[in-house]
Amino acid sequence: MRCAAAVETERSATPSEVADPDVPWITLVHNDPVNLMSYVAYVFQSYFGYSEAKANQLMLDVHHKGRAVVSSGTREEMERDVQAMHGYGLWATLRQDR
Amino acid sequence: MGRYFTAEDGGATASFDAIEAGVLRAYTEQMLELIDARESAGGTAEDLIASAFSKGPTEPPEDPALARLFPDAYTDLGPDGDAQAASAEFRRYTENDLRARKRDDARAVIRSLEALAPEGRRRERLHLEPDECRQWLGALNDLRLVIASRLGITDDEDFEKLMDLDDDDPRGPLVLTYGWLTTLQDTLVEAMTRPLQR
Repeated sequence: MRCAAAVETERSATPSEVADPDVPWITLVHNDPVNLMSYVAYVFQSYFGYSEAKANQLMLDVHHKGRAVVSSGTREEMERDVQAMHGYGLWATLRQDR
Repeated sequence: MGRYFTAEDGGATASFDAIEAGVLRAYTEQMLELIDARESAGGTAEDLIASAFSKGPTEPPEDPALARLFPDAYTDLGPDGDAQAASAEFRRYTENDLRARKRDDARAVIRSLEALAPEGRRRERLHLEPDECRQWLGALNDLRLVIASRLGITDDEDFEKLMDLDDDDPRGPLVLTYGWLTTLQDTLVEAMTRPLQR
């Protein structure tokens, strides 16, 4: 259901015209003082299906480095991930992996 | 019967008295109003005409609490990209769904508390099924985001400072509620992740 929106966004978005199609896109989750560490790790496990160890490591990266790359792929896939992260209340953005 | 969540029967259980249930319900209802206000934003003729041709809003909310619930998806598209335009386009196709989800989560909390209807100081046991756990988790997190925004919590040290408020500080009740919701959410995460780890 939510995939359809992401596909339409992809088709109609203009910045992709200037972007290098060979460079993958990434989803970044940013640190904030509200989201609990336990909750962030839970989201990474339940949405991405990451192991507890990987989810905890990513959560710690967000906490200590201010942000972490949590997924990579096509722009349309990353828009889907960002939308999901916003659904969980995490602060996420996407960009091309330069 | 614990005040906070514990894992039980594949879901989670906590107990509430009348005051706790009333406070949580009132905050959740206020958040619903805030989210609904976002939908009816823009009252000019241009806004109405624009809304007839577009799926959802393109501008980020002005209210900082709403802006945190509905953030921009793009902040950096390099020197040649227009992050603002990309965010607007993303928002137009996704914000309505996002708002519907947050509203559903909040309504699930209100439904649970309505059904529970504790009286006075007597604690009633609330059991949440796994789907309800996920909705409660989302709503508790959204509530904490809204309250943190109202309290001006922008970095990790801010909440520590709020713990040392004077007794007559008007922010006192909000800080207490925030702390309570934090523990409710943390124990609910704990109750939900324990089965995952087994």
